[in-house]
Amino acid sequence: MSRLAPFFGFMLLVALFGFGIWWNTRHDQREVPSPLIGKPAPEFVLPLLDDPARTVSKASMLGKPYLVNVFASWCIACGEEHPVLMAEGRTLGIPVVGYDYKDAPEDAKAWLARHGNPYDMVIADREGRTAIDFGVYGAPESFLIDAKGVIRYKRIGPFTPEVIASELKPAIAALQKEAP
Amino acid sequence: MTPELGQLALILALLLALAQGVLPIVGAWRGNGALMAVARPAAAGQAVFVALAFGLLVWAFVHFDFSVQYVADNSNLALPWYYRIAAVWGAHEGSLLLWIFILNLWTVALAAFSRQLPEVFAARVLGVLGLVAVGFLAFIIFTSNPFGRLLPMPADGGDLNPVLQDPGMTFHPPVLYMGYVGFSVAFAFSIAGLLGGELEQAWVRWARPWTNVAWAFLSGGIVAGSWWAYAELGWGGWWFWDPVENASFMPWLVGAALIHAQAVTEKRGSLRAWTILLSIFAFSLSLLGTFLVRSGVLTSVHAFASDPRRGLFILCFLAVVVGGSLLLYALRAPKVAGGKPFRVVSRETAILVSNLMFTVAAAMVLLGTLFPLVGDALHLGKVSVGPPYFGFLFPLLMLPVVLLLPFGPFLRWGKSDAAPLKSVLLRVAIAATACAIVAAFLVDGQLKAIAGVAAAVWCAVGTLLYVYKRWREVPRGRRYPAEMAGMLLAHFGVGVFLVGVLLSESLSVTRDVRMAPGETQTIGSYQFRFDGVHASRGPNWHAEQGVVTVTRDGKPVAVMHPQKRTYLRGQVQTESAIDPGITRDLYVALGEPMDPAKLEGAWALRLYHKPFVRWIWAGGLFMMLGGFASAADRRFRVRRAAAAAQIEPVAGESRA
Amino acid sequence: MRMLPRLLLAATLAFAGLAAAQAIDPLPFKDHAQEVRFQKLTAQLRCLVCQNENLADSNADLARDLRHEVFGLMQSGKSDDEIKQYLVDRYSDFVLYDPPVQGNTLLLWFGPLLILLAGAATVAVTVRRRNRGTTPAAVDSKLLDGASNDRGDDW
Repeated sequence: MSRLAPFFGFMLLVALFGFGIWWNTRHDQREVPSPLIGKPAPEFVLPLLDDPARTVSKASMLGKPYLVNVFASWCIACGEEHPVLMAEGRTLGIPVVGYDYKDAPEDAKAWLARHGNPYDMVIADREGRTAIDFGVYGAPESFLIDAKGVIRYKRIGPFTPEVIASELKPAIAALQKEAP
Repeated sequence: MTPELGQLALILALLLALAQGVLPIVGAWRGNGALMAVARPAAAGQAVFVALAFGLLVWAFVHFDFSVQYVADNSNLALPWYYRIAAVWGAHEGSLLLWIFILNLWTVALAAFSRQLPEVFAARVLGVLGLVAVGFLAFIIFTSNPFGRLLPMPADGGDLNPVLQDPGMTFHPPVLYMGYVGFSVAFAFSIAGLLGGELEQAWVRWARPWTNVAWAFLSGGIVAGSWWAYAELGWGGWWFWDPVENASFMPWLVGAALIHAQAVTEKRGSLRAWTILLSIFAFSLSLLGTFLVRSGVLTSVHAFASDPRRGLFILCFLAVVVGGSLLLYALRAPKVAGGKPFRVVSRETAILVSNLMFTVAAAMVLLGTLFPLVGDALHLGKVSVGPPYFGFLFPLLMLPVVLLLPFGPFLRWGKSDAAPLKSVLLRVAIAATACAIVAAFLVDGQLKAIAGVAAAVWCAVGTLLYVYKRWREVPRGRRYPAEMAGMLLAHFGVGVFLVGVLLSESLSVTRDVRMAPGETQTIGSYQFRFDGVHASRGPNWHAEQGVVTVTRDGKPVAVMHPQKRTYLRGQVQTESAIDPGITRDLYVALGEPMDPAKLEGAWALRLYHKPFVRWIWAGGLFMMLGGFASAADRRFRVRRAAAAAQIEPVAGESRA
Repeated sequence: MRMLPRLLLAATLAFAGLAAAQAIDPLPFKDHAQEVRFQKLTAQLRCLVCQNENLADSNADLARDLRHEVFGLMQSGKSDDEIKQYLVDRYSDFVLYDPPVQGNTLLLWFGPLLILLAGAATVAVTVRRRNRGTTPAAVDSKLLDGASNDRGDDW
């Protein structure tokens, strides 16, 4: 029996590798689940892209759910996501806040002017400091924040119509059911 | 036409490999001499066709045949010829071809030098190697064709990844593959032994030099890779515990265990099942390394571009080869412990303990490397396992090996007296303690450095004591047979390696500094003066080249030229400048200008002072030399001649 | 960060994502001790966007930002553990190359010990069995072998 132990050990290994191949066809290896889901969103105070004198903060957004979409003009995948947001952003039923990440304001404005603006407002984090608090490590990323300011869902990478239908919309529906 | 010719050659090689893999084994089973006789010509033919394919790919690179996709991807008109040849193994397809080519070299060598083996046994050994070749040839033909066409043919190609445009990287893969593939011989011997049920000591004696050579190559390949990482990646590190590095390190550890286990089996007849199992493990881990690098199941700094189809193919191949071997082992391995008995205090016990530690260390590396995958599979979350994990556990596991090392040669087979061991213990302990005390003053109480000196002296003095004993007790000419000399070289290498690792790890100083031309920074007793940056140009790159003048107590030491190169296709690559020395390396890397618009202004530089870092690779080279020296022992050849001599008179008698 | 170009690079280059230029980042440390502490700490933290690099070595934009964040935290007197926790809170345990000993890493940390114990037991049994198998006759023959060691090269 003990002579068979190496064989069974190896078969476990083969199963593990088989799993790995299968898993990697379905998951981006770089996707790191956020520990912030279910936790209060970090405090933030960020200027509006169009009007840097005015700021938006976590406190000012309390009271209704909203979606924060991290984008940047230099981000190629954001360009892929953009038409999807243009088409579906208004159908979500909640405000969509653009989060311009590590970007020159002129570039971002030009980019939005060229591709259209799906956002209800755009806040700018030029240095990317606040983004660290959100655990942002790339763009695009999106956070669904509920009326109490708790992060409920995070999408890493671009939204596709399928992801919006299968993940984002159910999450929003769940939030609206909770609301009194 | 030539690429198609290459493809054709590979297909023919596959057919011959099938013949080599199937017919002799069937022949050995049925006792059919004609089928067994197929092995050698088939192996030779396969090698010719693979060499032809390899040569055609080299030719395509040398002659800029960009109509071949692989050539177009990995070279261009400006790439110098030597890197165009190295580009053959610069990416997945070609490196696989190199793998097969080297497998064929080993097979042909084996076919040529196995005339004295019993015909049945040789047929089985060559058959097993043929089956391994079938797997790899099918892999390359069906998933990774290096001769795929790119039409219309582009006017110029892409580029060989700049990090590979370095002498270290040119030699690293071939030497490493010599090691990986070399373990296939020990593997084939074990499988042939299991198939035939002949598990006598003779085949182990025969397999030993091949294993030693394979392990020596693997040591050399790892040293080359480590050197390359140090010189080329610009991080000043020499080992990162990256999955790809671990993939080469696991077979090395198991190979080290195997070398020792084979010695026991050959000389005493003990541990036969264990030696067989280790032979299977060593080669399996070599295959596993190939799998890990090419399947993309793990994130690594330098994995090949991955493709799940390829991963699946190698996985199935692995499952068949390794699973089949282990099943065969379960069914056929010797059930009764044979060989001469041994006491607790004996060389056998010491080797068993070191074998245990090597194997557990390899298992630990495997677990750490695969754990992120285990985390995904068992929903444990994403886990990173890195240098702190390996760096903590590996020294702990190797500590018993280092402690036992001086006693190994002094221990007798079977049973040892305690008295000589006590005297060795006393001497190495005194030497190590004395040196540690002296070191403590020199290194400013750095514990790791003190431990390094003590451990190194422990190993080196222990080894030298045995050298001295042989010198005193044995008449000239018989003092150091090659096998023993190899062992002593390798053990001494361990001491050298320990100095390098522990002293450079604890005493190195790294500083990232901002330097304007004319400014000076002091590290240790060295003054680094930055003399600005100028433009420089190579065959296929242009660079900003810094000038750093190093002085010590006002005396010039070196003028160093770190570069920041931009290659043809826009890849940026830092070329560190290294001033080598026996007791220290100085190392300078050029970063970015502080103000991108002002190249004549201040720059970011990284300065290193790395004491004894070269000893790391020197230690590895000692181990490599040890492996080669052992393999050269006359004993391995004399016995064979003797065996042949025994057969011939018998033949003569029957004629008479 | 610029994910897609990196992926494209990965597709075209054999050795994917290997940072070609290293991160050289002079920061105004208080003293050399702090610089050493910084180097040690950042070497144990993973760059999230890179294939497999630590924060100290990575040239990625985010790695640079996080290095500066670590530097800032260090200046404000945070301990190494607090800094690690700060990053773990935001990016999960994945940033730690030194996985903490906890439920999901027990197998990782104690697995080698289990293997070692199992192996050591096997070795002990083997040695005992072979030791017991030593008959006086065998000892004699072995002593002879031992004697031959002194004579010749069959050490």
